[in-house]
Amino acid sequence: MSTTQATALVAAREIRVKLRDRTFLISTLFFLLIAAAATVLPPLLDGGPASVAATEASAGKLRAAGLDVRVVPDDRAAEQAVRDGDVDAAVVAGPVVLAMDEAPDDVVSALSTAPPVRLLDPDAVDPVVAFLVPFAFAFLFFVTSQTFGMQIAQSVIEEKQTRVVEILVAAVPVRALLAGKLIAGTLLALGQIILVALAAVVGMRFTDTGGLLDLLAPAIGWFLPFFLFGFVLVAAMWVAAGALVARLEDIGGVSMPVQLAVMLPFFAVIFLNDNPAAMPALSYLPFSAPTAMPLRLFTGDAAGWEPLVSLAVLLVTAGLVLAAGARVYEGSLLRTNGRTSLRTAWRGREPLG
Amino acid sequence: MNAVTNVLRLDGVDRSFGDRRVLRNVSFDVTAGRMTGFVGGNGAGKTTSMRIILGLLAPDAGQVSWRNAPLTRQARQRFGYLPEERGLYPKMSAREQVIYLGRLHGMDAPAARRATDALLDRLGLAERGDDLLETLSLGNQQRAQVAAALVHDPEVLILDEPFSGLDPLAVETVVAVLRERAAAGVPVLFSSHQLDVVERLCDDLVIIADGTIRAAGSREQLRATYTVPRYELVVATDAGWLRDQPEVTLVDLDGVRAVFDLAPGVDEQPLLHAALARGPVRAFRPVTPSLTEIFREATQ
Repeated sequence: MSTTQATALVAAREIRVKLRDRTFLISTLFFLLIAAAATVLPPLLDGGPASVAATEASAGKLRAAGLDVRVVPDDRAAEQAVRDGDVDAAVVAGPVVLAMDEAPDDVVSALSTAPPVRLLDPDAVDPVVAFLVPFAFAFLFFVTSQTFGMQIAQSVIEEKQTRVVEILVAAVPVRALLAGKLIAGTLLALGQIILVALAAVVGMRFTDTGGLLDLLAPAIGWFLPFFLFGFVLVAAMWVAAGALVARLEDIGGVSMPVQLAVMLPFFAVIFLNDNPAAMPALSYLPFSAPTAMPLRLFTGDAAGWEPLVSLAVLLVTAGLVLAAGARVYEGSLLRTNGRTSLRTAWRGREPLG
Repeated sequence: MNAVTNVLRLDGVDRSFGDRRVLRNVSFDVTAGRMTGFVGGNGAGKTTSMRIILGLLAPDAGQVSWRNAPLTRQARQRFGYLPEERGLYPKMSAREQVIYLGRLHGMDAPAARRATDALLDRLGLAERGDDLLETLSLGNQQRAQVAAALVHDPEVLILDEPFSGLDPLAVETVVAVLRERAAAGVPVLFSSHQLDVVERLCDDLVIIADGTIRAAGSREQLRATYTVPRYELVVATDAGWLRDQPEVTLVDLDGVRAVFDLAPGVDEQPLLHAALARGPVRAFRPVTPSLTEIFREATQ
């Protein structure tokens, strides 16, 4: 059997076990709900167009503005409709706009002649969205790489702890085990991210009127490859961390550096997301690039070639870390007695043919 | 299969961990169709030898060959291995993981499924086969482990303490399965602390102590080698007079019963006559050494 076939078998087992894991299914569902809620709910809560009562005489102009017009016989009936709460506002003779406690902006603007407006920076993003989008990207990468990375480490430790690893290594190359685990973890993580992205896109398609989707689409599109390589980078570290310990209880001792390597860039991107000096730097640093670069693309201050260069840097780093992680994994996998030091693991590979 | 070529051979294998030399010039054969018992105390080097055969450890010197060629990964994939420290995936059913391990050893899915079902049935685990491994009793987990080692119909079996943790009934089942494989021409190497089990099972014996092979060969050969001319004599009265016989070395004297060695080349019949001359003789017989005695002798 070739290494490729062995890798596929290992990956298939990891995925099969994961897909039966209730925690995994619930977390996926949870993310999907959040993505759907975040995109579908705000426009719905907005309440749609204001409803307005008016006589037939003034109804035309209001209808043209897209308002929900209820035609009433006279001004008294219009006022009553507002008082009864049947409509948000009414337009009576004058014209005068009636409302209970808040001036209805959309009704007012439908009746007024607005001066022409010329936007100097038409692509600028709504400040709320400008905060939420980076947060969403950083959060997704952070949580997903942390959860799935930790699960890869646990799966490595499980095989060491139960000693099943000895049977596995006697049967297939160590590299097939490693590759199978990484591929399974990456597919699951990427699958979850793609589902979430789809839910968000579909949600926006249904409700979005302001072209947010057009704005976000390239950022989401770029986020996926960045996520892929970023995840491999983090996962390779988790594999090595997992291989160093022999029992699940000991994972805390080795997981801290890996967690920090993901957590620090996460907070950096969150807090520095409007810092014009920090963001370009963050968008090239391998650990923050997966979130920082899509963000800069979203806000429009990255040139077209920049994501390609950043992606290349990330890819090379991920490759190097993967090679180092594989060496540590091979050097410590069969040391099932207690904690293996990084130095021992680095030198510990058996010179097998 | 051909018993002459189907030999697993360790040839001058050395291995150290740091400054500790665990194996020194270890050489022995595991021959097709024979059950080879591998005995030695804790830390003698049994597990290290087996791990080297399976390619989990590399020898510092020497080599392992199979069918007269250096052992390759491809060939090893057709080996069956039962590690000393047991364990399978706790959250998978016995059936599912035995199938998985069969496939990792190169079987296609239908073949792995068929072999797993047959084995679980044979080992009395068919009914619990779909339960998660962690819910099985220890004895049943051991049976699953045995199934995992045998599922791919291995060309060579390497079993590290295969009977530890098995209840007597399971020992019989496993013994029967292993004998069957050996009879089919598979070389079987198994280690055990239980010398009585080894004594009953093995055709060949390898004795290791402090990382060196102290004795290796067929059971009969070793018996012959380690048999000093030893006799047991039971008389009606006191056997103490044996003390004064120059050619006798007393091993054990207990009133009317004596166990003694005769100097090499000395005929035992005159001694029997001497005993009869002193009174009735209840028993007089040669004593063949038990495996325990051979082991003690060889490792001294």
